[in-house]
Amino acid sequence: MSPETNIKAQNSVVRYLKDNMGTLIGLFIMCVILSFTTNGVFYSQRNLINVLRQVSSNACLAFGMTFAIITGGIDLSVGSILALSGTLSAGLIVHSGFSVPGAVATAIIIGTALGLFNGFMIATTTIPPFIVTLAMMQIARGAAYIYSNGQPIRAMIPSYQIIGTGYLGPIPYPVIYMLVFLIICVILLSKTRFGRHVYAVGGNDKAAIFSGVNVPRTKMLVYTMSGFLAAFTGVVLCARMASGQPTAGQSFEMDAIAATVLGGTSMSGGVGKIGSTMIGVLIIGVLNNGLNLLGLNSFWQQIAKGIVILLAVYVDMLKKRRK
Amino acid sequence: MAETGKILLQMKNIHKRFPGVYALKDVNFELKAGEVHALLGENGAGKSTLIKCLAGIYIPEEGEVIVNGKSHIMQSVADSQAHGISVIHQELCLVPYLSIAENMFLGRERNVGGIIKRGQENEEAKKMLQRLGLDFDPNVLIKDLSIAQQQMVEIAKALSVKADILVMDEPTASLTDKETEVLFETMRQLKAEGIGIIYISHRMSELFAITDRVTIMRDGQYVGTVNTRETTNDQLIAMMVGRELTQLYFKDKVNPGKVVLEVKDLVSPPFVNGVSFAIREGEIVGMSGLVGAGRSETAHCIFGLDDRYTGQILIDGKPVHIRSVRQAMQNGIALVPENRKEEGLVLINSVGYNLTLTVLHEIFRGHPLGNPKREADEIEKHINELAIKTPSAEQLAENLSGGNQQKIVIAKWLATKPKLLILDEPTRGVDVGARAEIYGFMNELAKQGVAILMISSDLPEILNMSDRVLVMHEGRVTANLAKEELSQELIMRYATGGGNINVA
Ligand SMILES: Nc1ncnc2c1ncn2[C@@H]1O[C@H](COP(=O)(O)OP(=O)(O)OP(=O)(O)O)[C@@H](O)[C@H]1O
Ligand SMILES: [Mg+2]
Repeated sequence: MSPETNIKAQNSVVRYLKDNMGTLIGLFIMCVILSFTTNGVFYSQRNLINVLRQVSSNACLAFGMTFAIITGGIDLSVGSILALSGTLSAGLIVHSGFSVPGAVATAIIIGTALGLFNGFMIATTTIPPFIVTLAMMQIARGAAYIYSNGQPIRAMIPSYQIIGTGYLGPIPYPVIYMLVFLIICVILLSKTRFGRHVYAVGGNDKAAIFSGVNVPRTKMLVYTMSGFLAAFTGVVLCARMASGQPTAGQSFEMDAIAATVLGGTSMSGGVGKIGSTMIGVLIIGVLNNGLNLLGLNSFWQQIAKGIVILLAVYVDMLKKRRK
Repeated sequence: MAETGKILLQMKNIHKRFPGVYALKDVNFELKAGEVHALLGENGAGKSTLIKCLAGIYIPEEGEVIVNGKSHIMQSVADSQAHGISVIHQELCLVPYLSIAENMFLGRERNVGGIIKRGQENEEAKKMLQRLGLDFDPNVLIKDLSIAQQQMVEIAKALSVKADILVMDEPTASLTDKETEVLFETMRQLKAEGIGIIYISHRMSELFAITDRVTIMRDGQYVGTVNTRETTNDQLIAMMVGRELTQLYFKDKVNPGKVVLEVKDLVSPPFVNGVSFAIREGEIVGMSGLVGAGRSETAHCIFGLDDRYTGQILIDGKPVHIRSVRQAMQNGIALVPENRKEEGLVLINSVGYNLTLTVLHEIFRGHPLGNPKREADEIEKHINELAIKTPSAEQLAENLSGGNQQKIVIAKWLATKPKLLILDEPTRGVDVGARAEIYGFMNELAKQGVAILMISSDLPEILNMSDRVLVMHEGRVTANLAKEELSQELIMRYATGGGNINVA
């Protein structure tokens, strides 16, 4: 081909729709089917808000996961960091006499610090992110059990609970948090230098290095952010349950990875969008909610989730191959 | 701007070692404002390593670097950029899923408080591209560009840095003459502005066209510096290889035997639109054409990489079913691909690993756990046969120089003892010494009766090595030229679609 041909880019809205066509259609079909099979229950305002609340924790984790996967890495420790920060927040209030803001801040700082540690190890050694965060997954989970003695720490304190149970108008706080993080992450990834460096590190780290990008710092920031989001989500979740649960967030990392991959983020790095991950989050959420409404138990939900992931990624591959 | 003639850069007594390789031994280099100074040397001579010592990627163990009068060893890429040094590296350094503009400003994004000013970047990128005569939309992703187009983006990227010292490590390896001329024109402008340019290329004619001085390196050592106007091609080559190289092209006359490969009406849209030709034993058939004419794609069909083509392939006169590389190999076909780094080598594995990849079934035959002795013999044979310069068979392929990597790819396919060898751009980025060796090889193979299809954009190579030349244009063979009637003009005419004759 001569250099002049085939060199026109598409406008970004069109590209968003086009890139996410498969998942958007999938989501749409699911909603249509559910509107028939549930006699409209699915579309009740209460249920829709319910769905959003249910997906909010997975969404926050998946945003962090998207950053990690775009850099060519992964963060398996999010579920455990979530549990540790959650139990810490409840425990510090109940056992150590911390004020609510003090406990929450401390819990989030500790979770974030663990993320920073992940990032530090990944950026300064050649240990793969999979291994570093797998180790952290064990460590943080163990720490959560030790701290709580393996028992839920009950914390029936209104000013604490409100973090997870409050409403702004008709919208639950967790949904608000999700939307705020969604907006921040979209901007971070698509509009800032940091975001561009994230893509460069995953797309071709040699090119990033040769262009003067600070690759270690970029990786460090990504895992710190993921740790922060996990810690924050942990606090919200435990506040909502009025109890610091060391078992919270088991296998949440898998849901976050699933949502990210459903959104079309490539496991080999360099490609992915927060907006697309959000669609992935919604697909998993609607699927769970719908199967619940239809009275199918959670074991079936797992099988359905697996099938949907395979299907979605397969369709995505077909689409790419055709290009 | 710096006045012309002022010394911009001095590199003195530079030493750099890698495990098993003494890459730079006491190297000296000097660059003046407003000059184009070539670095010349065989593959593995240490040119790129010297550049990387300047770019802050490697830190030399000994030696002094003086930039604008100040002695300072570059500690990082950012440090080097801050000292007014901009580098086009030999290997393409672009991020495939970022746009042209995003790549051009990577690491020095136009931003306010971390938020990127996309509009400004696009505008600046557009201007830079236009300066190089490129009418690209800066929003296009790099992955959608051809290699040559990517190379031009790489050049635009380097030019968009306000640098006093511009380094170009083989920028023209994948460019056509037209683009090269645009590049040279730009270089002349930069020279006039007082910028110093370090230029690396294996194409001797380019050195005479654009450079003022040439510094020659051999085996990591400084050989000397000469004024381009006062030297000759032969002198440069002699300094570079350390001996007289009397002959570059080796081509004996052969009497072609029976037809080995025949292709009939090969179609695989959009690049292959009806290709027919035949090749005989002992024949070297050159395949010429512009970038995008469908030459590599045709080769891919024959080699089973494209399984959606229609048409017929006959080997030794018999129709064969080739829809996979395995089937192609079983039919005695080998392909040395265009892009050695992506398609030819497993870069992160050793030289030995790469050399035996195509013949594993033989090494493991009768030895379920492999046959180390046989494997070592095989590896040693190839390293010697093609004179591959490597400290050992354990060295990682990515640490070898371009020419030596190419020899590995050729060797690994020769190991399959093919009767049809397809070479796609066999000497791209390969130095004269290694080229002469590769040509010698091709000649030997042809004499042994191997049929060779040589796809090449290098016209002298096509003219000197081919018994016959097929010219392609827009997915069709537009000419089949015998050795006697070959000329550069004729090939170019058919390559640009100037009319059909004599199509077999
Ligand atoms: N990272 C590395 N580790 C080990 N050896 C290396 C490394 N980089 C380069 N080398 C070796 O250093 C020597 C010089 O390599 P260099 O790439 O500088 O050669 P070059 O002159 O640029 O060759 P070419 O013309 O093929 O590009 C070679 O022998 C190469 O194998
Ligand atoms: Mg080099």
